[in-house]
Amino acid sequence: MSVAKILVADDEPNIVISLEYLMKREGYEVLVARDGQEALDTILRERPALVLLDVMMPKKTGFEVCQAVRSDEALSLVRIVMLTAKGRDTDIAKGLALGANAYMTKPFSTRELVTKVAELLAAAP
Amino acid sequence: MISPALVIGSSFAYLLLLFAIATYGDRRASQGRSLIANSWTYALSLCVYCTAWTYFGSVGRAASGGVWFLPIYLGPTLAMVLGWLVIRKMIRIARTYRITSIADFIGSRYGKSPLLAGLVTLIAVVGIVPYIALQLKAISAGYALLTSPAGQALNEPLSWHQDSTFYVALALAGFTMMFGARHLDSTKRHEGMVAAIAFESVVKLVAFLAVGVFVVYGLFNGLGDIFARAAAKPELQKLVRLEQGSRFAWTQWFALTLLSMLSVLFLPRQFQVMVVENVQESHLRRAVWVFPLYLLAINLLVLPIALGGLLFFEGSAMNPETFVLSLPLAAGQHALALFVFIGGLSAATGMVIVETIAVSTMVSNELVMPALLRTRRFRAGGGLDISRRLLIIRRAAILLVLVLGYAYFHIAGEAYALVSIGLISFAAVAQFAPAVLGGLYWKGGTRAGALAGLLAGFAMWAYTLMLPSIAKSGWMDTDFLAQGLFGLALLKPEQLLGLQGLDSLTHALFWSLLVNVGAYVGVALWRAPSGQEASQALLFVDVFRRTGTSSPVFWRGRATVPDLLALCERFLGAQRARLILETYARERGARQIEDLRPDAQLVSFVEHQLGGAVGSASARVLVASVAEEETLTPADVLRILDEASQVRAHSRELEDKSRSLERATQELRQANEQLKSLDRLKDDFVSSVTHELRTPLTSIRALAELMRDDADMPVAQRQQFMGIIAGETERLSRLVNQVLDMAKIESGHAEWHNTDVDMPALLKQAVATTAELFKERGAQLHLHLPASGPQVMPRLRTDPDRLMQVMLNLLSNAAKFVPRGGAVQVRLRHDAQGVSVQVQDNGPGVPEAQQALIFEKFRQGGDALNRPQGTGLGLPISRHIIAHLGGRLWLDASSAAGACFQFDLPWKPPQGLPFLPATSSEAPA
Repeated sequence: MSVAKILVADDEPNIVISLEYLMKREGYEVLVARDGQEALDTILRERPALVLLDVMMPKKTGFEVCQAVRSDEALSLVRIVMLTAKGRDTDIAKGLALGANAYMTKPFSTRELVTKVAELLAAAP
Repeated sequence: MISPALVIGSSFAYLLLLFAIATYGDRRASQGRSLIANSWTYALSLCVYCTAWTYFGSVGRAASGGVWFLPIYLGPTLAMVLGWLVIRKMIRIARTYRITSIADFIGSRYGKSPLLAGLVTLIAVVGIVPYIALQLKAISAGYALLTSPAGQALNEPLSWHQDSTFYVALALAGFTMMFGARHLDSTKRHEGMVAAIAFESVVKLVAFLAVGVFVVYGLFNGLGDIFARAAAKPELQKLVRLEQGSRFAWTQWFALTLLSMLSVLFLPRQFQVMVVENVQESHLRRAVWVFPLYLLAINLLVLPIALGGLLFFEGSAMNPETFVLSLPLAAGQHALALFVFIGGLSAATGMVIVETIAVSTMVSNELVMPALLRTRRFRAGGGLDISRRLLIIRRAAILLVLVLGYAYFHIAGEAYALVSIGLISFAAVAQFAPAVLGGLYWKGGTRAGALAGLLAGFAMWAYTLMLPSIAKSGWMDTDFLAQGLFGLALLKPEQLLGLQGLDSLTHALFWSLLVNVGAYVGVALWRAPSGQEASQALLFVDVFRRTGTSSPVFWRGRATVPDLLALCERFLGAQRARLILETYARERGARQIEDLRPDAQLVSFVEHQLGGAVGSASARVLVASVAEEETLTPADVLRILDEASQVRAHSRELEDKSRSLERATQELRQANEQLKSLDRLKDDFVSSVTHELRTPLTSIRALAELMRDDADMPVAQRQQFMGIIAGETERLSRLVNQVLDMAKIESGHAEWHNTDVDMPALLKQAVATTAELFKERGAQLHLHLPASGPQVMPRLRTDPDRLMQVMLNLLSNAAKFVPRGGAVQVRLRHDAQGVSVQVQDNGPGVPEAQQALIFEKFRQGGDALNRPQGTGLGLPISRHIIAHLGGRLWLDASSAAGACFQFDLPWKPPQGLPFLPATSSEAPA
């Protein structure tokens, strides 16, 4: 089985550094996007198996990106984990309603994130 | 001549028309669509002032006295313009206390005195009956003139049963009974009658103007022609001058004006239409100018007609009082003459109808009623229903007044000139003035004073005016005129106490009003008012201050509800009495009449209701007959008044309280809205702060966990992570500090220490502090201070620490955005108002889309990748600080290259609370 591709989409450089390091440590191939538009472009081009998607990003919010991905049949296999610093229930509900597979609140536990990512990838066909 | 049949036929057709209008008016009223609830109708009904005396007599007077017909119309004009406040007060009193006539008004004011009301009625009858006769005479004379062959002497008077005037009088009596004594309650308006009167006012004006226009343009070539021809004749020329050939008699002019001023207020018919029939006080506002305008219109052509008549009939002895008829007749304009006659008829009938209603109400309520009440059988007449009988009495009184008028006319018809009867009547009515005006505005006026004044004035009127005119008619020996009573020269009626140089009317008016006012005031001052008088005085004089439920009820005693009910049933009719009392009971919250408490309010209510039917004096007697009353002393009156004013004070207090409660509710609601919006803002703020805190925490936690889980991490990697963690921690503490700072400033809890600050020094220090930052960026920082002139720049009164905070923020912002190798310029300028500081970089500038946002919290400029580690609070805090110091911070969008931030500060910060800017960031234009 080939190495799964994971896209890290966040506009905070230090968070990107930590997520990139974490995912690489787990053996995934890591792609990086710094804003919503870049994230969407990368998803279309690279078809990653999973996206760690920040909600508050310039140009396009994580919600918009998620919605765009879910409306595209061809991208139906892309898993989406929303990451947000806004932990309000409404935000979580909104993310899940838009088709995210999981939702994690910042600051997250690296172990939990790793477990969640592994679970989602294992469930994939 | 015109055939008698035609004249009589037209006259009765006209009366039928009036009848139809009055019927229509009453029908509309009963449907609730009143014709007279209209200020035009009201104003026109006041024009009943213009009687046949105006219609025929003015021309007569102008033909002999020129402009001397005018004061009679100037007076009412003045009365309306100057006296409308008096009229409004009379209307309010009459409405509030259910006054039925001027006699009732005076009687009621002075302790509901039957004696006083009766005296007023007597004076009114004596003064008015000749006036009614005068109207009948005018009709009769007009009829005779129309039906006699031209040039032939007028017919000798006929015996009464052949006299058409008698039948006109009867028809008028029928009309008046029908429309003037319809309801028992005299305070109820006579809608049909008033509508008919307003119509008559239009008819007489149109007819008079028609004949005027005919004379001026039909018989002559316009006004210029008449006046030019009159000017050619010396005896006519003097008519148009005030002096009338001798010295201008200003006293007489003044007396006539005063007399007519008083009459328009106190003539029974004027009181009837102006006060009793008034539907709404506000109608007075239109009447105040319409009525004088009407008078002007009807007087405009008087002098031209008089002059035209004198010129036309030069040489022949035509009576000027009939010029309006004789001129069209002589010119062969029979249709016009007939129309003019109808106009005169309308002037006469209007006056007769209203005057008869007024006087008959007075006679039945103030003379007949009290007399009947003295008979035991009538007063205690068991279950007898008297209400129907009351109407009969009133109708009989109408007939009586008209028959008296006709009899007077028949006996004395040829004795007087029209104008003199009118003025004699006016002078009689003027005697009411002191009692009414004093009663309206002076609480000290008493019953005895009013009685004395009226008696004295009336006696003086009779002696100096009435008797001489009777004597001059040849019915009395005229010796006493020339020699004085008992041969005493001092008692000469027209030169009393040797007063000479006045005409008889002015003389009589002077003496009668003098003794009237003297006796009224003198007697009133001599004896203090009784409790009953004092209470009525209060109710009348303070009518505008006491209305509604808080008005005091001056009554003490015991009564029973069945007695009061029985009284009402007898005098108002069983059905109506029950209806009125049931309504009253419901208003009081009682279920039925029998549940009512027989308190002072109920007694006073019953008395008011009865007063509307029988007048207040008789109502007082009736109520006293069924109740055990305690006589009120002036002290009682004061006590009751005090109680009432306490009630009023309480209710006012309550009103105030509920109003302030309403205000408080409103304020609370506003505060709540404000709190809600503040709460939303706070929510947003907390949410933003949370986000800002979690972001660095995320990096710190993730990196720390990575290092924890990987003991073998390379040192270089570990160093990088440690560096990031240290940086993010620093960011966190900066954020916490700024959030606290922001919260303090926004809530107004920040401390401010203002001192005199040397601005150039402060800027130099700020530049020195940030110099290292710029060196790191490889950028340059230039400070431009004002050229140091002969005088040093004044000190700025401000908080140096806060100002430094702003400067450091602006400079570090600039350092973040200035490109490598770029330059930042800091400029200081000052003028009379204060200083201005500019910080300009030559970086990319603020994109237009962000210009509006940079002053909002947690909005950082720059794009994500190279966004410096700011908190997003620096600019909002700076803007707050500058605003607090009385200045303004903005982004100068006009700047061509780079970002240019600028702030102004006044030399001294504002006193009082700081102005907190809205979070929006609109830059000043």
